Amino acid sequence: MLQRALIFSSSNPICSQLPTTAPPDNTVFPKRNGGWIIPFSSYQLPAFRLRNYRPSDSAANRPNMASQDEQDPRISNISSAIRVIPDFPKPGIIFQDITTLLLDTKAFRDTIDLFVERYRGKDISVVAGIEARGFIFGPPIALAIGAKFVPMRKPNKLPGEVLSEEYSLEYGKDTMEMHVDAVKAGERALIIDDLVATGGTLSAAIRLLERVGVHVVECACVIELPELKGRERLGEKPLFVLVSST
Amino acid sequence: MFAAENGLKGDPRLQAISDAIRVVPHFPKPGIMFQDITTLLLDHKAFKDTVDIFVDRYRDMDISVVAGVEARGFMFGPSIALAIGAKFVPLRKPRKLPGEVIAEAYDLEYGSDCLEMHVGAVQPGERVIVIDDLVATGGTLSAAIRLLERVGAQVVECACVIGLREVKT
Repeated sequence: MLQRALIFSSSNPICSQLPTTAPPDNTVFPKRNGGWIIPFSSYQLPAFRLRNYRPSDSAANRPNMASQDEQDPRISNISSAIRVIPDFPKPGIIFQDITTLLLDTKAFRDTIDLFVERYRGKDISVVAGIEARGFIFGPPIALAIGAKFVPMRKPNKLPGEVLSEEYSLEYGKDTMEMHVDAVKAGERALIIDDLVATGGTLSAAIRLLERVGVHVVECACVIELPELKGRERLGEKPLFVLVSST
Repeated sequence: MFAAENGLKGDPRLQAISDAIRVVPHFPKPGIMFQDITTLLLDHKAFKDTVDIFVDRYRDMDISVVAGVEARGFMFGPSIALAIGAKFVPLRKPRKLPGEVIAEAYDLEYGSDCLEMHVGAVQPGERVIVIDDLVATGGTLSAAIRLLERVGAQVVECACVIGLREVKT
């Protein structure tokens, strides 16, 4: 049975002091490290309301209050637009196919909008997308929030001077590359991929960017496979996903 | 075929787009002048203008599918698709797409390669544009057109950021 939920994680102890209305079992809460995320209200909101962050100086960005206590209504169409393909690329793997999401114009538009709403106005100057499916989601987000798009590629694809970062696969290793002059120290970056599993690829991307002094604000994926513990592998680095698949 | 010949002559945006593209000599091998669009992607205004020029052209042409060729076609195609209300269909190297595919082979300078598309992504009669960053010999685009025509789609146009004039298409 697949569980789909808007996913955040939080170490916020206020969770344990919720009022009598408890959030649904499949809700998790936003991580509050990072400091750049500003709650729109100055008092400590009940944790299940924290999932909508807006700059406090922008009334126009007030979220629709009706959606605060439930999963964003756009999520369920996004989730059902993703096709699951068993035993690809090999027996035992359940593959999450986002190409069907790309065929649903409203759901694809909503996917991008959910990321853009979260990251617009947060002084992010770099969206790094991981080859190849990160190239599908990253550029529309970058264009909408006014950021550069930086492709993180397999070896020998980028023509200019690159930095390389090796990372482990289930069997063996792979390498990720980035153009050295694509980013500058001090820039604030997002990393985008379609899916996070073990977190190995995202971790390599984080290391690449941090090696040149970029601040990775958050990793963002459409889908998370929580059983593979990617969130733990990322440690302190926040992860935002739209859909969780168990 | 080129934007300047298609009513965009003197469009002030074209110069900045062209200037934002970096030429890297001798990549991937000696003698090849590689047109690197990653520098265009770093210039937010030029990148946005690139997408806008395509969107302006295709918005009212009743296009329901934007097919993008892996991998650099993925960087331009989805933004165009979203803006014109079309589906985005990735055309991929072999064994990347998980569902049932149809495949089309095409020639390289030495040897051949293959492009795949998911069965069912495109319906007969749909109007399609094919996007890639660059057209050189046209081998890849031709394979893309054959794939789409095999499922009964109508390829209205192929669109690329860069066309190499010196190479016969």
